[in-house]
Amino acid sequence: MAKSKVVVIKSSSVIGSSAKVDSEVLGHMVDQGLRLLTSVSTPEDALLRYFEPQDKVGLKVNCLAGPMASTHPEVSLAVAGLLKKAGVKPRNIIIWDRSSYELKEVGFPVNVDRDDLLCFGTDSPGVGYSSELVDYRSIGSLVSRIMEQLTSAQVNIPVLKDHGLSGVTCSLKNWFGAIHNPNKYHEDGCDPHVADLNAMPLIRNQQKLVICDALRVQFNGGPSYHRQWAEHFGGVILSEDPVALDFVGYGIIDRIRAENGLPSLEKAGRKPQHIFTAADQEHRLGRASLDQIDLVQKTL
Amino acid sequence: MKINRRNFLKCSLATAGGALAAPLISGGGMLGESAVASGSAPQPGLSQVEAKYYKKLEDKEIECELCPRKCKVGDRERGYCGVRENHDGVYYTLVYSRPCSVHKDPIEKKPLFHFLPGTDAFSLATAGCNLNCKFCQNWEISQVRPEQVNSYDLPPEEVAALALETGCKSIAYTYSEPTVFYEYMLDCAAAGRRKGIRSVVITAGYIDHDPWMELIREVDAIKVDFKAFTEEFYHDVCRAKLQPVMDALTDLAKSNVWYELVYLMVPTLNDNPDDIERMSKWLVAELGKNVPIHFTRFTPQYLLKNLPPTPVSSLEQARKIALAEGMNFVYIGNVPGHEGENTYCPGCKNAVIERVGYQITRMNLKGGKCQSCGAVIPGVWN
Repeated sequence: MAKSKVVVIKSSSVIGSSAKVDSEVLGHMVDQGLRLLTSVSTPEDALLRYFEPQDKVGLKVNCLAGPMASTHPEVSLAVAGLLKKAGVKPRNIIIWDRSSYELKEVGFPVNVDRDDLLCFGTDSPGVGYSSELVDYRSIGSLVSRIMEQLTSAQVNIPVLKDHGLSGVTCSLKNWFGAIHNPNKYHEDGCDPHVADLNAMPLIRNQQKLVICDALRVQFNGGPSYHRQWAEHFGGVILSEDPVALDFVGYGIIDRIRAENGLPSLEKAGRKPQHIFTAADQEHRLGRASLDQIDLVQKTL
Repeated sequence: MKINRRNFLKCSLATAGGALAAPLISGGGMLGESAVASGSAPQPGLSQVEAKYYKKLEDKEIECELCPRKCKVGDRERGYCGVRENHDGVYYTLVYSRPCSVHKDPIEKKPLFHFLPGTDAFSLATAGCNLNCKFCQNWEISQVRPEQVNSYDLPPEEVAALALETGCKSIAYTYSEPTVFYEYMLDCAAAGRRKGIRSVVITAGYIDHDPWMELIREVDAIKVDFKAFTEEFYHDVCRAKLQPVMDALTDLAKSNVWYELVYLMVPTLNDNPDDIERMSKWLVAELGKNVPIHFTRFTPQYLLKNLPPTPVSSLEQARKIALAEGMNFVYIGNVPGHEGENTYCPGCKNAVIERVGYQITRMNLKGGKCQSCGAVIPGVWN
């Protein structure tokens, strides 16, 4: 069976001295990442591997922890720009998360009515959640109508962080922002709830690509921001396989923790079991071991 | 935005059963709320009142001490209940003065059969719950976050005033799980008391000892939903534990507050006669034979729509078992017209209160005693 490819692109200059993201450098990283992931010559053609011009594409970001520990708007705007070049209409691109308030707080350009790229939360008037519960394995939730009705495909744009309960929060856990009651699924290290949620047909079928924001990695104390445990990693991680991506992200967090004198997540009692559950025979959502992952690393 | 009192009163007096005017959407209006810590706060529209019963940990983390879950909550995160949130190491209740459901109900609907019969309870709930019972009849408010429902802005003094104006003898904290709106409940109870209005709590009893003891001192009656008598059911169906509820009931039995139990019987899951018998023995031994228990019919809902409603025969069997174990006041709920809705004198076995649904059709009780034989019928009758 073919390995899952995970591409890690790094740049030391993507975050400037003023802690602002250099959009040009970031754009170049995303371009390179897509080319390496797909072996296609242009990034917009790379995206056409996953999306069609008539698709309505959601870009699911993670904004719950405020500006310093959330998906940078620049990452999603870079992806949105490439989708437009690939022929997807701006009004068919929706940057979204659970809350417009949180999106605004992080600096996203919330827009529901201008004839341009859309950006809003599930809590926007007229949006909300599905009327029927999705009852799937351990999940019993209402799903954002953005996913249920407004999009046909998704780019998952999580942020890579340590998490106090699940160990790691990245692409798999980002879908907690698509349901109405994520607070009910944090027991037992969020396991098997994260894997069950990702196996839900709506999410499994819509998610085509993960482009993870690893510009700043919260390696301890997550998911909220703690300055003393935030590293300027300067990375973007790409994969079609969310499990493999999260597994690589887990390794990155553990490495940074070791460099900073902290125990591994496993020794700290927070091994991210949900990643391995997602890879098990019951879920089969991706690969969670290095011998099944084709890891490509490049520093610009 | 404040609730329009004139509209509420008009609507509740005009409509039988006390249905509400359409709730107003909350948006700001932080009446009577304490200042928040600088730098971070719950989003607008949610209350910003500091929660009780939590302790601060390192690095802005807190540990909630309200219920046995003992949620450890990081900055900007919420507990399991979804209605308490940490900002900069200060834990806030997001639902203080923010009920999403307000009605005038007969007290028998709670159900409380031995507490001020025939009176009305000003009943309210906020969003949220610290359990996730698959059979929840009110999941649309209990299993959601406060920003997902329309809510009133109804401070405790207003609750008490409205209860008085609408002729209610009590305020009932009900529908969802009042443990999670603990601070609001306590303050409403105090406001009610100042106006001569009593307070009743409808709860799963999944609460830690200290807040439970404080609550017991402040209210007049409690109805506990005793879900089952197995840890397996509590874990698999409710995502909770049985033992803390048993501990809460033992505490309740030592207090002076009036209390009753509801056992919602879910077919195939908690209807085993052996478990009913074990439970009945435990109740008699620990709480006494006079605690009323209502074996109540389940209707398919939420995540158990695949199950049928409880057969009446199962409820009758449970009632028979509990009576055989010595329990004196065993009811059948959600089966209007059933003889199991009546209160029978443990002495002469005559009906002292006859009911159909929530309506009392006959009272044979005077001064809290059976009029036929003079036996004392435990309860709070006036």
